[in-house]
Amino acid sequence: MSIPSDLKYTRSHEWVKIEADGTVTIGITDHAQELLGDMVFVELPKVGDSFSQKQECAVAESVKAAADVYSPISGEVIEVNSALADSPEKINQDAFGSWLFKLKPGNPAELDGLLNAAGYQEVLDSEDH
Amino acid sequence: MPFIPHTEEDIAEMLASIGADSIEALFDEIPANLKGGTLKEVPPGLSEMEITRLMMERASQDGFYQNYIGAGAYEHHIPAAVWQITTRGEFYSSYTPYQAEASQGTLQLLYEYQTMMASLTGMDVSNASMYDGATALAEAALMAVRSHKSSRRILIPETVHPVYRKVARAIVSNQKIEIVEVPFDKASGQVRLESLDAFAADDIAALVIPQPNFFGVLEQVDALTDWAHSKNAFAIGVVNPTALALLKPPGEWGETGADIAVGEGQPLGIPLSSGGPYFGFMACKNSLIRQIPGRIIGRTNDLDGKPGFVLTLQAREQHIRRSKATSNICTNQGLMVTAATIYMSLLGPDGLRRIAAHSHANTSSLIKKLTAIPGVEQVFGSPFFHEAVIRLPSSAASALEKLKQNGILGGFNLQTHYPELENTLLVCATETKTEADIDNYVGRLRQALS
Repeated sequence: MSIPSDLKYTRSHEWVKIEADGTVTIGITDHAQELLGDMVFVELPKVGDSFSQKQECAVAESVKAAADVYSPISGEVIEVNSALADSPEKINQDAFGSWLFKLKPGNPAELDGLLNAAGYQEVLDSEDH
Repeated sequence: MPFIPHTEEDIAEMLASIGADSIEALFDEIPANLKGGTLKEVPPGLSEMEITRLMMERASQDGFYQNYIGAGAYEHHIPAAVWQITTRGEFYSSYTPYQAEASQGTLQLLYEYQTMMASLTGMDVSNASMYDGATALAEAALMAVRSHKSSRRILIPETVHPVYRKVARAIVSNQKIEIVEVPFDKASGQVRLESLDAFAADDIAALVIPQPNFFGVLEQVDALTDWAHSKNAFAIGVVNPTALALLKPPGEWGETGADIAVGEGQPLGIPLSSGGPYFGFMACKNSLIRQIPGRIIGRTNDLDGKPGFVLTLQAREQHIRRSKATSNICTNQGLMVTAATIYMSLLGPDGLRRIAAHSHANTSSLIKKLTAIPGVEQVFGSPFFHEAVIRLPSSAASALEKLKQNGILGGFNLQTHYPELENTLLVCATETKTEADIDNYVGRLRQALS
């Protein structure tokens, strides 16, 4: 699958969409869902929770693993995608279209340190599988 | 699948096939200074004949007594069929199988066990068992704290089994979980709601509710469950499985039911065996299914659409989730659970009900006759199930000694755990006792006290 060029990425396979109002929307990439396999559950943070960059903020559970999701930037959770509770499989079907939660960034400068599509593609290429 | 050891020929063939010289050679990577040597303290092995004789001599030291001690482990009649079937090769394994396709029989039995325990406790989900009732309570406390997310305080009444409280403390204290003990009312032997209100200001994660409690007394489970929920805390029921055949199950306590139910499964077809192995059962509401520790068996369909059984929800277990797992347990008491499931199948709900009723009738008769002895009185005025507390006019320890000399284990001396309950005995008469047995006990105690 091609990597959307309008998103930013982390080495730990999260994608980040910077919204017009300065908030960010976060999900996991297609590569992540492929590695995890059939999703059965997503444990989301609570609205109001605060995280620092790279802190564990959610858990993506599949039939064979329960993987931590790391916060791409520091910030406060302003919204979570509760629809995922009933249909976690949406992440397998459309990873880039299934968001997990939205953050109000604590330090906007951190956004500059995220990878662009080309940078993320390099990460995938270097991962030997 | 039968478990047969390898022969020398099997071993030689396997070593030749992988090109290894010996089994020891396979461990070459381990530095020599880390390898274990011989066990110097262990004497040479005995033959089957010598071992049999040694064990018979040791066993005879136990003596033969009429047992009136409950206190967490209960002597019930175990139908001969239970262990006959349990020890068949198809069942006789203590472990939970990872290879589902080769273990459908075992997995089906564990699934049936889970179904029976969920039904008995009135809860939505049961796991495939824990090590024993005490650790099951500790795990329930951990589960409540994980699920509560804000409080790390657990309220445990002093009417909960003293050893359970000790084990729970030992297991949770390193995880910065605070256990607060709630005193009981001396007249009724119950936890009083009024004493709980003293904790009303505090944020608590759970209240533990025993039923019956350690004294055999029935607690006010509905009021206690509703109190816990009114404080945004979970209600953890600690229950006796035989009692559940007659009493309201935890799933029906209060307005919305207890959240977690645990207990000791030993009364269900497991012999006393000097304290173990036993098994703990654990059940919960559906909303907590991802936080319950232990093995869970699920039913599903295979690629051809045929029904089958598997281990499910394994991603929360230790071997996958590691330090963030729900618990470090990734096994169950497979053999004990097999026996218990067969026991429950053979008896059915009616059989279990009859045993519970018979046990309670025997205890009631025993208490009535004992309290007719001058100076012997029943301590708590509340309703009880199959166990009750009596106070003697003199030392309980010496009364027990005299009863023992007459072949009777008269009960549990409560002063060992409750110093304020001087000269008291916790006595239990199950369905194994006849009226003649009870009369004999009463006569011997009368003698001992005169």
